[in-house]
Order: sequence, then C-alpha cells, then structure tokens
Amino acid sequence: MNIVENFDLFAPRLINKKELLSGGHRACSGCGEVLAVRLMCKALGENTVIASATGCMEIVTSMYPTTAWEVPWIHVAFENAAAVASGVEAGLKALRRKGKIADCDIKVVGMAGDGGTMDIGMQALSGAMERGHDMLFVCFDNEAYMNTGIQRSSGTPMGASTTTAPAGKVSMGQKTWKKNMAEIMVAHNVPYVATACPSYPLDFIRKVEKAKKVKGPSYIHCFSVCPTGWRCPSDQTISLGRLAVETGIFPLYEVENGKYKLSAEMPKKLRPIKEYYKSQGRYRHLGEDEIKMIQDRVNKEYKKLLNKVQCLEAWS
Amino acid sequence: MAKRVGMEVALAVAEAVGQCNIDMAAVYPITPQSHIGEHLSDLVADGKIDAEFVTVESEHSAISAIIGASGTGARVYTATSSQGLMLMHEILPIASAMRLPLVMGIANRAVSGPLNILNDHSDIMPQRDSGWISIFVENGQEAIDVSIQAFKIAEHKDVNLPVCVNIDGFQLTHMVEPVEFPDQELVDKFLPPRVPFASLHPSNPVTMGAFAMSDYFTEILKAKDEALKNSKKTILAVWDEWAKMFGRTYKPVETYKADGAEILLLTMGSMGETAEIAIDELRAKGMAVGLVKLRLWRPFPFAEIKEVLKKAKKVLVTDRAVSFGGPGGPVCGEIKAALYNEAERPAIYSYIIGLGGRDVTVGDFTSMIDKVNREEVNTDTYEFLGVRE
Repeated sequence: MNIVENFDLFAPRLINKKELLSGGHRACSGCGEVLAVRLMCKALGENTVIASATGCMEIVTSMYPTTAWEVPWIHVAFENAAAVASGVEAGLKALRRKGKIADCDIKVVGMAGDGGTMDIGMQALSGAMERGHDMLFVCFDNEAYMNTGIQRSSGTPMGASTTTAPAGKVSMGQKTWKKNMAEIMVAHNVPYVATACPSYPLDFIRKVEKAKKVKGPSYIHCFSVCPTGWRCPSDQTISLGRLAVETGIFPLYEVENGKYKLSAEMPKKLRPIKEYYKSQGRYRHLGEDEIKMIQDRVNKEYKKLLNKVQCLEAWS
Repeated sequence: MAKRVGMEVALAVAEAVGQCNIDMAAVYPITPQSHIGEHLSDLVADGKIDAEFVTVESEHSAISAIIGASGTGARVYTATSSQGLMLMHEILPIASAMRLPLVMGIANRAVSGPLNILNDHSDIMPQRDSGWISIFVENGQEAIDVSIQAFKIAEHKDVNLPVCVNIDGFQLTHMVEPVEFPDQELVDKFLPPRVPFASLHPSNPVTMGAFAMSDYFTEILKAKDEALKNSKKTILAVWDEWAKMFGRTYKPVETYKADGAEILLLTMGSMGETAEIAIDELRAKGMAVGLVKLRLWRPFPFAEIKEVLKKAKKVLVTDRAVSFGGPGGPVCGEIKAALYNEAERPAIYSYIIGLGGRDVTVGDFTSMIDKVNREEVNTDTYEFLGVRE
C-alpha cells in the first residue's frame, strides 16, 4: 500500500469536524472559493484571526446583522487585507508580550481574491511579507473581479473572455499572460509558499496546516473555480479544478525555504488544455491557433517549474 | 515635579505618546511629520516603551494596520501629514464606523498641487466628514497635552472613536519650545489601560467590519453621528480632569480679550499666538477687538461658538484652506451655518490666509482687521490675503 492510498483511507477522518465558516452564507451554488475558505478554516482551527479583503467572500459571509464566521474576523477595505492582518499580528504580539491577553498562539490570516491580492492589494501584501509578520496570506484566485461582475484582473488567463476584456470580432479576450503571484511571493524569500486547489482537499488542508506552523510569513495561492464567472455548470467545480491541475495550467507545488517541490497530485503526463477549456464559456471563442499558442506557453511554464524543482534539489 | 525642558515639538509629541503605554504604532515617513515617527522608533529601540513599531510601506497601510491592532484591543498611534493623510482618506470613515479608538497626530501641511511641504490646513479639511474627533493645538505644550488626552477621549466607553490632533507642520512641529512633561505617575493615573468593548480574540469570536445594505446603513450612520456629537461631553470631562490634575485648561473655543469686543478675529491652530499680539496692538490703540480660537473642529462646538460670537458686530474668520468654487473658507462656512438661526448675528468676513506656508505677520492681522473695520471688504465674498493678481 503506498502513501497516497494511506491518505485516502485515513486522512479524511482526521479533518476537523467543526465548521468555522458556518452554512447559510450567500455564495453562489458551486462556488469553489467558499469551499476553499471552509476547508482553510478547518485546517486552521479555532485559534485564528482572519482579516479579509472586500470581495465575494466578504459580501457573502458578513451581511449585517448576520455572520457566517465562527472565528474572529475583520474586514476594513479592498486593498489592505495584508496591512490589517499585519496590524492584528502586531497588536496580538504586543498584548501577549505585555501580559494583557492569554499567552497562547494565535495564527493571523489575511485573505483576498485575485484582484485584492495581485492588483490593488499587491503593495500592502508585499510590505507585510517583507516585514516578516507571523501571518499566512491566502489568495483565493478565481481569475477575475467576480464580485463586481467578471472584469479582468492580472490573474485572468490569456484568452479568457471577461466583461472588460471581452472576446469580439477583433479580440480574443484577455491579451496578457496571468501574473505569476506565487513566484512573486517566492521572490520575497518567505519561508513557505504553496499553490493549492480545493479539488484536492487533503493536499490543500495539509498545506494550510504547514503554513500555520511556520513562524513568519507564508503564502498560499488557492485556485478557486467560479461557475458564475467562468460560464460553466456549477456541478463541475471539482472536476474543473482537477483539470486545471492535470493540464498543468495550475500546477500544485510548494516552495519551502526556497526549495521547490512538486505536489504528489501532479500527473506524470499533462492532459491537453483543450479538455479543460471545453466546458467553460469564457474560452468558447478560442480557435485552434489560439489554443495552440496557449498550450505551448503552458508546456514551457511547466517545464520551467520542473527545472526549478530539479535544479534546487541538486543545489541543496 | 514635572520637568520643564526645551525640545522640538515633534519630538515632544513622540515623548508624550511614549508616556501613554501604547502597544502598537505604524508610521510612514512624510515631511514634516517624520520626526514624530523617528523619535517614537527611538523610544522603542531604546526599550523606553514596550510597543510594536510597524514600519509600513504606505500611509494607507499605516491606518489599516492600526485599525487591525486596535481591533485586538491594543492602544495604537500613527502620525502623518498632507499627501499621507489624503492617501488614508478612504480608510478614515471606516475607522469611525467600526468605532475603533485610534489616535493620529497630523503635522498639517499643504496638499499638492503644486507640491509644497509647508503648513496650511488643506490636508485636514477634506477629512472633515470622516467621523473623526478633530482637535487643533496652538503650541508645543498643547501638542503634548492633547496627544495624551486624545487616548483617553478615543478609548472612553461612551466614545470609541478615532481622534486626530492637528499640529501645524514646521510652524509647530519643527519649533524648539519650552515644554513641560507631566509626571509619568500622573499620566498613568489619568490614562488607565484600555478596556475594549470587543476584541479580535478566539476566546470570543466577533465579526468586525460587516457589510450592510440599505436596511441598516442609515441607522449605522445616524449612530455614528450621535456618537460623534455625544463625544463632546466626554471631551469636556477629560479637559476638566486634565485641568484639575495638571493645571492647564482646555476649551472647545478659547477667547482672548473678547469681552466687549465689537470685532472678533477667529483663528485655528498655531496662528492664534501671532493674532494675540495683533489684538494687543489694536487694543492699545483703543480699538474694541478680540480673538476667538477654535480648538475643537469636530464635533463642531455650535453652542460655544454662538455664545462667543453673537454679540459682536463683525467677525473676521481666517481659513487656511480653500473650498474651491464654494463658500471660500471651510471654517467660515461652518461659522455662518452656526449663526444663521440667531436673531442677532454679526456680519461675517472671510479671509484665506497662510496657504502653503506663506507667512502671516502681526501686521497682516492688524491690516485685515482695519479693512473690516472700515468696511473695505464685503461679507458676500472672500479674500485671499496678500495675493498677487
């Protein structure tokens, strides 16, 4: 029996049964992001404080006078989740040191969507990571500004049609390559960076648990399928997340103290991206040439990643 | 016995904040605020105060970080100026709506453009409607005293609002003045540890900064308005207590030789002291003039302003900012609004003075009053003092 099978048999029973993001929130059916947040909370446990950016997850969980949060949670604005989280961390640290609160470990977590992380929140995140706060930041990336109505962000992939980068007679939709946020975080030399997807719940939970144990800043980039924005059936959330990983469009890996490691979930041979594209309306307009151009890039990027995994293995 | 020393006001402000047992500060450099942040970091580096000093990457993150820390129940501070305050603008009304006590020192400076680093009030005026308590100081001693009082006001259970202390940039921040620091023991007595009404801690999970639509939004804003208006009671009580403990009195509206004055000059901030000399000169010549100094900008002290101004024949309001295309000076607009419903009310003259650090001398004040006295200026417009056209 190999290790992976072991995981399949026993690991699910070890998952925290307590729901720290309770049901009754207002997320769309099939929302991959809210599933990811729920799993993240299970992995973090109760000794957690979350600072959230404005966005879908904030709107659907905190409609006054209700709340879905069973952990302490704060929202201030769109671009500053990392700054707020760094303040929470500093406040708790000082109060604990001065004996004003109980002496126990509390993990501070900042969270935002792709816009709140990669675009408008980039500066605050870079600052917080550089300063070395003991905090985890999780980007729930659904590849566009879904809360405001599917506008393109720097996380939107090449060729996807959005409401501000629409496909048209002379346009193939998004004309830029997705910003590689995990690499930008690696460049900050933080102790732990990982990519994850709730379609692989045990892998995601394990990564959050790992990040929780890090003393210092850590970053997880979580791929979050959005049926509303991707124009796909809401029962395909899990399979689309898997396809994104299996095609190499969103490879799962970890970077621990600069050392790259491919996650066990990555297949030996990648599937063609066409299989991932076919059920998504946002790619419907793409022709063979365009798909080939993107496929070439995906292959190249994946090779680059494998090279890093191998090179850095050789160095250590 | 409190010690009397000569010190640059910015450093004195940091010393005073250091006396308040803060837990956390987040400051980003900007002229002329920087000396406050630098000296505060000195105090932390030397172990004189036990606080986290977070060197944020922008003012936007400074205000965001202190909100986060205040959410945990920590006593927090930041300081800024001009463009930094403008960058914070988005977050200011969120802080007051979240009812989190924060204290911010503002080294008032002109807002760009054109870029200018010197003193006026164009940075604080756009923040007027943010729901913050806003207090002006006139000299180094007041900067120290109000910086300490601000924590007590902000954290009071009936207030829970952010407070900003307006300290004129350069004119005050960079002056070396004789100041007296209150004894630490007395400060500790005056300012007990903060008792938060809720805090971000797993022992009692709370949701802060929830989302509210039209069904609750108006009620939340009305509650904020009531809280800000109601804070005046606490501000007055804190100033009373301060007077008893430290012997220095503070009032929302201060006056100088205003009794029996037919013409009243109104200033806000550090120019009050120059204006006093002008009043002395004109009084010596037998002119019935006096000075009114507005200290409490928000909550606006309507009752006190009416009481002081309504018996005068003429009031000359000076503003150090412009409400472009509007009523001219924002302070003057407020004064007019305060007096509109009075049966007897003075004629009000509006002067915009000292923009971008332009000097306003004793002679400038006497000549402004002289012009108003001879009715060489109109009440239906506003003048830019000494402007070259």
